[in-house]
Amino acid sequence: MGVIPPEDFVGQPPDKILGSWYRLVLAFLVPLSFALSPAARGALTIEIIGSGATQYPVAIVPFRAEAGTPQPVTPVVAADLVRSGVFRMVDAGGVSPTPHEPQEVNYATWRARGAEAVVIGTVVLLPDGRYDVRFRLMDVAKQTQLAGFAYTASGSQLRLTAHKIADVIYEKLTGDKGAFSTRITYVAKRGNRYELQVADADGVAAQTILASNEPIISPAWSPDGNQLAYVSFEQRKPVVYVQSLTTGGRRAVANFWGSNSAPTWAPDGRRLAVVLTKDGGSQIYLVNADGSDLRRLTQTSAIDTEPNFSPDGALLLFTSDRGGSPQIYGMPATGGEPQRLTFEGTYNVTPRFSPDGKSFTFIQRNGTRFNVAVQDLATRQVQVLTDGSLDESPSFAPNGRMILYATEVKGRGILSAVSSDGRVKQRLTADAGDVREPAWGPLPK
Amino acid sequence: MKRLLIGALMAGMLAGCSTTPTKEQDGAAVEDRKPGMVVDRPPVKPADTTKPLATKPMTGDPLTDPGNILSQRSIFFDYDSNLIKDEFKPIVNAHARYLQQNPSTRIRVEGNADERGSREYNIALGQRRSEAVKQMMQLLGVKANQVEPVSFGEEKPRCTEAAESCWSQNRRGDIVYQGR
Repeated sequence: MGVIPPEDFVGQPPDKILGSWYRLVLAFLVPLSFALSPAARGALTIEIIGSGATQYPVAIVPFRAEAGTPQPVTPVVAADLVRSGVFRMVDAGGVSPTPHEPQEVNYATWRARGAEAVVIGTVVLLPDGRYDVRFRLMDVAKQTQLAGFAYTASGSQLRLTAHKIADVIYEKLTGDKGAFSTRITYVAKRGNRYELQVADADGVAAQTILASNEPIISPAWSPDGNQLAYVSFEQRKPVVYVQSLTTGGRRAVANFWGSNSAPTWAPDGRRLAVVLTKDGGSQIYLVNADGSDLRRLTQTSAIDTEPNFSPDGALLLFTSDRGGSPQIYGMPATGGEPQRLTFEGTYNVTPRFSPDGKSFTFIQRNGTRFNVAVQDLATRQVQVLTDGSLDESPSFAPNGRMILYATEVKGRGILSAVSSDGRVKQRLTADAGDVREPAWGPLPK
Repeated sequence: MKRLLIGALMAGMLAGCSTTPTKEQDGAAVEDRKPGMVVDRPPVKPADTTKPLATKPMTGDPLTDPGNILSQRSIFFDYDSNLIKDEFKPIVNAHARYLQQNPSTRIRVEGNADERGSREYNIALGQRRSEAVKQMMQLLGVKANQVEPVSFGEEKPRCTEAAESCWSQNRRGDIVYQGR
């Protein structure tokens, strides 16, 4: 692992990364409200209910002067790492003097406490009112620096800066990219009120993208994370819309005779696959993101639905009952004979590719239960990851480590996440009402 | 359940008593009722004068007459099926006849499915049900553009218990007249 000399701070000003995400302006369309409003009681609470097989012991020392800022950084970093299920926090209190610079770290202390890595840092208020946030990740055994970054952030950007720090620590210690700076979308239902919301991956800072008295289902992130496609029933039938998260503008991309649903983006971000019934039966079509140039992809009298592209755009997975029961098929995205991929049981639906394209998650019915499973494309091996009764809508985190899905506990709709080895489990609940139809957003560019 | 429904149909047709209320539309505009629409009746044979035939008064729009079979707007389906069962064929026939006689009238058939399984697959199952209703109507001479089959999947259930008594109510196609 390369050592970054203490003097070389490498850091991208967070402004470039943060800018577009936090400008969620909304279009206004009667009778719906697209409000750039914080969702009422707008957070999801996350509990961890299962942890990984091995956990890195890490100590995170509160950064110098972070206590006086609008958002202390280290609590967010610690919460992110603990939530991943593969880190254990080592007590970082009671060390005098508190280390903030490499030369202040007493490695014997940390070795004695069982920490394998120590995180130290500083926060400085700049003359223009922003903050300079610096951190270093120190290897306790080797007594060297593993990573060091500097960020310039406004007060409202401190939370995202903490997520970025957690991403770096996660990647340095596990080898996998972190997904703490990502966002999720889901539909919150209270009575007859439906709200499509976007929140940070830790459930904080939920914003309402669309509020409606009619159902909203199937939100799908564009590859660059700037747009959401979704199905809205505001016209008393399902219609596919694409909405910009940066401008709030939206257009109906598929509003044909009959039903329009199941949108999914091609990796080039310029086209979507959708399911239309305009020619009789549910069939898969390709359409440009501006609604032009419709092309039919499946040609059966069966149900063909739930299309999903491979990350390289070459393959399309979908659900079909052409063989008599709903199963998952794969076909070349350019057209060609589909191959059946699932052979266990009589109900396998909702396929979604992993980010590395080597496997897909899906829902498998076992008896009366519907559970999240993963199938390896090469070996066709299936692993069932959950044991709820009505699990739905699985999607991978963009680093492939966790799968987010919807489930029901005591009659209430909640979200859950499970690691791809089935060990780490999280539950995300809203204060009131049901949450469903989650989709995990992409890694920040 | 079957017997109850047949009984209700018979009661509706013969006695003119109030039947299952039509599906409510959330947030829809107030229906524009057009009174006085007369449906052609087949020629009546001269009555036996010893006993006057009881005839129903022409009260107006048969679509809004609770005693008319046209007030029945829902067709229920078996699990994993889009077959129109015998007890619902009279309803489909009646609406088909009305549409054939009123070629500028249009309906949407809203297909529904019970909650079990994927939402998008249930959209497709609901769609199969609404298309089955349309197909039967087309066989009776209704034009394709008079019937738009759509689906709500599991999104607009009439009840929410996780039990067959509820699921059976949600496996349903609803006929919705457009612009009325």
